Amino acid sequence: MTLEFLDHAFMQRALIAAALIGVIAPAVGIYLVQRRQAIMGDGIGHVALAGVALGFLLSADPVWMAVLVATLGAVAMELIRAHGKTHGDIALAMLFYGGMSGGVLLINLSDDGSNAQLLSYLFGSITTVSEDDVIVISVLAGLVMAVTLGLRRQLFAVCQDEEFARVTGLPVRLLNLTLAVTAAVTVTVAMRVVGLLLVSALMVIPVAAAQQLTRAFASTLVIAVAIGVTVTLSGTVSTYYVDAPSGATIVVLAIGVFLVVTAIATPLAARRARRAEAERPDERLPTLPSVTPKGDLPV
Amino acid sequence: MTAPAGRSKQRPEPRTTTPDSGAAHPPAVVSLRGATASLGGRPVLRGVDLTVHRGEVVALLGGNGSGKSTTIRAVVGQVPLTTGELELFGTPSRRFRQWRRIGYVPQRTTAASGVPATVREVVSTGRLSRTGLRPLGRADRAAVTWALELVGMANRADDSVNALSGGQHQRVLIARALASDPELLIMDEPMAGVDLASQQVLADTLRQRVAAGTTVLLVLHELGALESLIDRAVVLRDGLVVHEGAPPAATGPHALPGHDHVHPHATTEPGRTGFLDTWAGQP
Repeated sequence: MTLEFLDHAFMQRALIAAALIGVIAPAVGIYLVQRRQAIMGDGIGHVALAGVALGFLLSADPVWMAVLVATLGAVAMELIRAHGKTHGDIALAMLFYGGMSGGVLLINLSDDGSNAQLLSYLFGSITTVSEDDVIVISVLAGLVMAVTLGLRRQLFAVCQDEEFARVTGLPVRLLNLTLAVTAAVTVTVAMRVVGLLLVSALMVIPVAAAQQLTRAFASTLVIAVAIGVTVTLSGTVSTYYVDAPSGATIVVLAIGVFLVVTAIATPLAARRARRAEAERPDERLPTLPSVTPKGDLPV
Repeated sequence: MTAPAGRSKQRPEPRTTTPDSGAAHPPAVVSLRGATASLGGRPVLRGVDLTVHRGEVVALLGGNGSGKSTTIRAVVGQVPLTTGELELFGTPSRRFRQWRRIGYVPQRTTAASGVPATVREVVSTGRLSRTGLRPLGRADRAAVTWALELVGMANRADDSVNALSGGQHQRVLIARALASDPELLIMDEPMAGVDLASQQVLADTLRQRVAAGTTVLLVLHELGALESLIDRAVVLRDGLVVHEGAPPAATGPHALPGHDHVHPHATTEPGRTGFLDTWAGQP
């Protein structure tokens, strides 16, 4: 049978987890990309490692500790962003490297943690997803979907033009924090499948591929989620036949989709631009020459 | 799109005194008193008084760094006041929640958004001041279409905003502000980088909204195509109001595009105020 992998319970669990993550990672990622914060998922991944390690050290559940620490890290990143300090990027770098190095240090200090476990969190190990993991992943993924789809108009407005969104009276600070927490939850949910180092790729690449085909935010979201689910499912199935880590396989597939879409879309976009140009004779009118004085007022 | 029939805008009677001294004025929709504000530790507003009455079209003029944009951003709550008072529609700004009454057009940034979005999607965000967290209803969608038609962009509704020219993009931002059918329109340099065709569309749109009773407060670098609409010009310099009155009539070189109407006017200018004397006396 070509679908014999479905007979195995571990593969069923892996595929459920993979499909959920294929949906939620691009659904959160699209807002980060829109706001040109594509790298934020990466940062949260680094910080989440410290949470995993803390879980080992305190003999607590590593996933829940990762959720907690990643949430704190994401809120800190959002506060640094919102206050727009000149050295905000340095502060973010400190947070990223501190999380990663602290995580590695703590794992080595703990009795339970081994390098093999560290690798499974860094790069994903989907076939070890347990029944309890599937329940936790489902609940958290449901929360992420509720936020990213239910609040999509509000989050779109905030990521598109934050100042305008504030003047509409939206609770912008609350929405920003909600998005940060949602991103943190997504990272920790996805770490079992693609790993903390590659989770950001699954948030960004499907969106980057989709937006080459679309003109609308809504269709970008739909296509990005479709690409996300396709690569997580096909990547997971391929690990059944090939002994390769799930995270790396999924991300390589995503990059492959991105390259194919780019190859198809680039000539299409060029043709569309030429046609649009031809249809808009009114746009050829000259703009006003810029003769506005730059200096101070004449007195 | 043709200009809708509206009232032909009459030049208002010259206001010879400060705006809030006349008892005949309609109520103030914006009232800023003694406003000071700093950006990055540098004082930008140093005691600005600004009152906009219902139905008025007020232009803030001034050179770069004069504080005109900061004044507008303070009015919409985006720059905190260090001292002074701000009232919107008679409510102290702290307690003001009726954002649907205000349509805001921030200064246009040229940076394209990371993810594509259609003209309709962007204009729809203007309804959020009315919908909040509830989904868009039929009336909301109709209002978005109405706003798109006002600025002549209905035929581009499904195009990506990234594919628009500067002037078209500005029309979209104004449609976004109009989508909530606001009573007060606040605009920061709406004509900057806008081609002549779009300038004409924007002027017609504004004329139509003003005829319908909308109050307008806008920052301009030059009066240009909007000249005939402006009731009152407020000139800022170094964070202070230095002149306030009816805008000068455009004649000769003044009427040329790009001419900055911010010089001292002849002392016989009917719209001059006490501010002018102080101003003219400055080095």
